[in-house]
Amino acid sequence: MSTDAEHAELVEELLAGKHRALARVITKIENRAPGYRDLVSELHRHTGGSEVVGITGSPGAGKSTLVDKMAEYYREEGETVGVIAVDPSSPFTGGAVLGDRIRMASNVGDMDVFFRSMSARGTLGGLSTATTDAVKALDAFGKDKILIETVGAGQNEIDIVKSADTVAVLVPPGSGDDVQMLKAGILEIGDVFVVNKADLDGADRTVQELQEMIHMQSDHTANLATGHHGADGFEGADATGDGEDEDDDGWQPQIVETVAKTGEGVEELVETLAEHRAYLEESGLLERKARMRYAEEIRNLLRDDVGSLIEAEIDRHGGMDELVEGVRTRETDPYSVADQIIEPIEDCVDDAGEK
Amino acid sequence: MSADQEQQSIRCLVAKVGLDGHDRGAHVIARAFRDAGFEVISSGLHNAPDEIVQAAVQEDVNVLGISILSGAHNTLVPKVIDGLKEYDAFEDTLVLVGGVVPDDDKEKLKEMGVAEVFGPGTPMEETIEFVRENAPQR
Repeated sequence: MSTDAEHAELVEELLAGKHRALARVITKIENRAPGYRDLVSELHRHTGGSEVVGITGSPGAGKSTLVDKMAEYYREEGETVGVIAVDPSSPFTGGAVLGDRIRMASNVGDMDVFFRSMSARGTLGGLSTATTDAVKALDAFGKDKILIETVGAGQNEIDIVKSADTVAVLVPPGSGDDVQMLKAGILEIGDVFVVNKADLDGADRTVQELQEMIHMQSDHTANLATGHHGADGFEGADATGDGEDEDDDGWQPQIVETVAKTGEGVEELVETLAEHRAYLEESGLLERKARMRYAEEIRNLLRDDVGSLIEAEIDRHGGMDELVEGVRTRETDPYSVADQIIEPIEDCVDDAGEK
Repeated sequence: MSADQEQQSIRCLVAKVGLDGHDRGAHVIARAFRDAGFEVISSGLHNAPDEIVQAAVQEDVNVLGISILSGAHNTLVPKVIDGLKEYDAFEDTLVLVGGVVPDDDKEKLKEMGVAEVFGPGTPMEETIEFVRENAPQR
């Protein structure tokens, strides 16, 4: 069967609700199999129906266990759930042990929870490059809720804001003192903070420190009159950012205490996530986020494409080894090599501009 | 790295099925597979055949390795295989069994569709090589 015919059949089966087809589509996306871009293009028009929530936090914070309990809650409400759980891959062999599935104890045997483990395949930032496209596949399949669980994150794995509408950051008790709370990075992206393992000593203190952090943040943004904070602050860095949110009452990041193991606090968490969703819709932020995300996606694709053009040019110039040798023997230098390689591409762009 | 460069990876589900709590072997295999560059999904302990099937289908694994040390392979393995067939997943999944399996049973399992049975003392390289050679393409 030709690739096109195979893909057309896969899309048809996926839309008809066949699990195997959904699984295979995600594999093709992950493997960047020939023609996977057409596959994703085909799916795009069927997307837009899912609510996407990202769950991030340090290793062992309880992300997987919480995701399991959330999925169970949504299922009891009669909603279908897709989960993508990303785990790190080995920098040496590319191999990975994907262990998040073990925690999905509440949903075993329930095919309406589609759980997919993904290796980060070398990508930093907490997600894999394929995650966004895999979310599209789940969306097109018709999942009501999609949960993305990131790699156990450190301080700066914030790619999740680019894939999820709402981000929950798990902060277990004893995650450090108030100076940690001052730091930039992951604590800036939370729409909801979850103090998981709230039955442990020190949970109150963590809640208090998070509260202080959030208050400082909102004072700070009030002074600057940007109305931005949390994940939206991330957009504020974008060229189109500031000054367009005058009507925006803003969203105060909420703090929820949970004990994922027993399911305590999960209902409150799910309700808080729903409130954030309602806020996104009412404020128009959902649409702005989507616009930003698509712009980013288009740019990324183009960067990849240009990257492969450049690879082709490098080969045409005798390959990287030869170029490097020239630099090493001081015949040329890295800047000149780069200019030389980009020149034909620049010429094409100029030509196109003149037409 | 270019956009359309294919990045195939061998995905394996290492599964413990039934009432069998001995997972040291499964852990060793998982680690060895990881070091061989495979993506290993671990099922955890005490899985029912249905759960294994669900995991294998959703994860779209090339290889399903079932570890059984309880002697219940004749009951459990056919259930897993039937389940895979139900979801059209049997044809392109390499099913392996690891554990203590008598020779007579080995043949029966293979007739059923198990590609290979690896007993105690099998060198890790042998298993990895077998997977590399026989894992179905995606």
